[in-house]
Amino acid sequence: MSTTAVPDVAVAAVNEGFWTRTRKVGLVLVALGLLATVLFGALATGEQARFTLSEDAAGAALEVNGTVGAIVFGLITLAAGAAMLAGLPKRWFIPVLAVGLVAFVFSFLCWQVSAAPTGQNFMPLVNIVRGTFLLALPLIFGSLAGVLCERSGVVNVAIEGQLLMGAFSGALFGSISGSVWVGLIAAAIGGSFISLLLAVFSIRYLVDQVVMGIVLNLLAVGITGFLYERLMQTDAARYNSAPRFSNWEIPLLSEIPVLGPALFRGNIFLYLALLLVLVIHIALFRTRWGLRTRSVGEHPTAADTLGVKVLGLRYRNVIMAGAVAGIGGASYTLALFSFTKNMIGGKGFIALAALIFGRWSPTGALLAALFFGFADQLATYLGAINSVIPGQFLAMLPYLATILAVAGLVGRVRAPAADGKPYIKG
Amino acid sequence: MSDLNAQPGSPDKEPASEDQAARTALGNTERAEAATTPGESGPRPTLGRLFLENLWAANTFTVTLLSLVLAMIVGAILMIISDREVLATYSYITARPSDALNASWTLVSEAYANLFKGSIFDPAATNADAALSPISETLTYTAPLVFTGLSVALAFRGGLFNIGAQGQATMGVILAALAGFLLPLPPGLHLLVAVLAGALGGAIWGFIPGILKARTGAHEVINTIMLNYIAVYFLTWLIVQNGVQDPNRTDAISRAVDSSAQFPRVFGEPLRAHTGIVLAVLATWAVAWLLNRSTVGFELRAVGANPDAARTAGMSVTRTYVLIMVIAGALAGLGGSQMVLGTTAAALTPLVVAQIGFDGILVALLGRVKPWGVALAALLFGALQAGGNRMQSYSGISLELVTVLQALIVIFIAAPALVKAIFQLRAARAARLQTSLAKGW
Repeated sequence: MSTTAVPDVAVAAVNEGFWTRTRKVGLVLVALGLLATVLFGALATGEQARFTLSEDAAGAALEVNGTVGAIVFGLITLAAGAAMLAGLPKRWFIPVLAVGLVAFVFSFLCWQVSAAPTGQNFMPLVNIVRGTFLLALPLIFGSLAGVLCERSGVVNVAIEGQLLMGAFSGALFGSISGSVWVGLIAAAIGGSFISLLLAVFSIRYLVDQVVMGIVLNLLAVGITGFLYERLMQTDAARYNSAPRFSNWEIPLLSEIPVLGPALFRGNIFLYLALLLVLVIHIALFRTRWGLRTRSVGEHPTAADTLGVKVLGLRYRNVIMAGAVAGIGGASYTLALFSFTKNMIGGKGFIALAALIFGRWSPTGALLAALFFGFADQLATYLGAINSVIPGQFLAMLPYLATILAVAGLVGRVRAPAADGKPYIKG
Repeated sequence: MSDLNAQPGSPDKEPASEDQAARTALGNTERAEAATTPGESGPRPTLGRLFLENLWAANTFTVTLLSLVLAMIVGAILMIISDREVLATYSYITARPSDALNASWTLVSEAYANLFKGSIFDPAATNADAALSPISETLTYTAPLVFTGLSVALAFRGGLFNIGAQGQATMGVILAALAGFLLPLPPGLHLLVAVLAGALGGAIWGFIPGILKARTGAHEVINTIMLNYIAVYFLTWLIVQNGVQDPNRTDAISRAVDSSAQFPRVFGEPLRAHTGIVLAVLATWAVAWLLNRSTVGFELRAVGANPDAARTAGMSVTRTYVLIMVIAGALAGLGGSQMVLGTTAAALTPLVVAQIGFDGILVALLGRVKPWGVALAALLFGALQAGGNRMQSYSGISLELVTVLQALIVIFIAAPALVKAIFQLRAARAARLQTSLAKGW
């Protein structure tokens, strides 16, 4: 069995000519800006588009005339694109890109909100922000699990299975014991169980990691589905009625407009997710463990030479990743819903997308997860106001964005060098 | 040691032992001639003994069989721990162990007997239809899996991991169904056009990751995963559009495919097996020919084995990558088309493709990425699926157990060292997956 690496085929040559990356992106932004100004501006109505700072139509709101808003924000995108085309210093690239994209989104929203049926020309920002975080939660946990695994050189396609197993064991043991905390621990162990299989088979038996991940996803679907039908469906009161974490209100912070009610009146999982992003970020880039993890993911042979126990570290990180993803799965069953068959429904793969889109870093993964969560929430909102934009196309957005990212159209993403390569000592 | 070398089934001699054999041969001039074929130096073992020795070795057949056995054991354990009545007998196992053992045996043996009766043969069958019914069911489930399995296997051989068979099958099912109910064509031609439309849909969906891989180096695993979901959302959007949705229904279901675009049945009306299985056999033959006999296949295997060497030899790696993904996509699309043109369903629904794409990955691995191996693996998976249906309705064992069995079989196959250690098999070559895969993103 040859394990030779297949290098990227045609690595895009560094652009030295006029069409640098900045200019290419600028061209895309100009096109988006034109689209927003002309199309969104024409389709928007003269209604006031209200962005209320509450959960309903009442209360203070940011208001703008629909047509004016769509055109003005479109022009901002256009200007950002034009600035890039004119040749922008490199350090301004990210901020200007962000301004351009956000303005495009606002232009789109001005059109949509103003064109909504009469009486519904408002967008409750609290709901949108809260929904974004809620939908992003499993993605954050899942992509953090991916970060832990892949930074140490083990490809984790099994995020879906880890989330599902976590959700299932959280529901099962939470119900049996009647305690949320037992459920939470069981969820972490359930996720680690899938992870342990991934670790043993890919590290000890050198099975291809992507293959193993795919098979483990199916195994998790099978086992949880089987036990769901045998246990939970026959006796839901006993096996599928887990207690749920209540919402904790953080004093002071919960009084901040919009963010307060949306973020700081949440449940433990929301706080845990944000805390984990911070902890893993610091641990990965500021501690000895982090340095070792990254070195094992980039160049295991060198790390081994310096006395790092490559395989041991990989086992540890992969199992930890499973625990994190397992808790993410429990954010469904111990806070929102009771367990149903295959309830994760592809979230694990969006988490994988978020991991890649966030360039294998915890903070990047968080931002990507929030972006994907926002797209998801927006789809729900647009469905509620009978928009002409089908929700399915917004749901495609995370996947399209990831394809564009890996194809190098929006900056190049690069995986850890040893990601997916088994390490054989000797 | 010469005995060991005598086994024709295990030619992987250690270099050291070969050396030693050569040295004894040099020292012993009398038997030099005999020693060149070391097996003939000792007394020749009987054919039967050789057979038995090789049977209990870690070769492809034995490992596959034992993986199946291991998976079924784990499945049996799952059945027992999820059955409360049987589990209750275990509370007094020290007092009356026979109760627990009998209850477990009854549960497990009945379930697996139903698995067999539902997929191969039911001894209680009284007429021809009932006797053929299990086989017919098995073939119905086998046909699409052959295509998706071939799709994944072909890409594997070219060094690409096509996780996108699911998405390609989805696009295939969409175009096949559209051609099936939008085009007014005569029977025969209509079926042909619909099948080709399915292949086209899959080919387009395979082309995208192929060209991205060739042009930008974007990893096909990531892109095919993403395209799977884009295809599903496209399907759910398309179903509810005017002209596609069934005008008499409010839920997400499309119009039904015209009968002129449906595969004729193999055994006649009540039995579900359709001629898609014939197409599957032809496709297996075609892929085997393509891989082993054609220039394209040679280039494909060369690129899969070592792209740098292939490029040095003057082959276009980028062109080959695109071609591989287009062919793989077309195969998966053909598999998808069977889901509406066969007897499984006649209209598009959000779940019309089921899991055939992901199952295709398992089938390809189980078939050791060889075309005829894939066909056999698909047959096994089809049988498990068909038997699982009967197991669910007769024994009340959830169909999900089949998913568990399938996943476990492939896990054990993928790690032959584990199976070898569990059963204390003697070493043999070729049980490992012969793919050059481990390459990460």
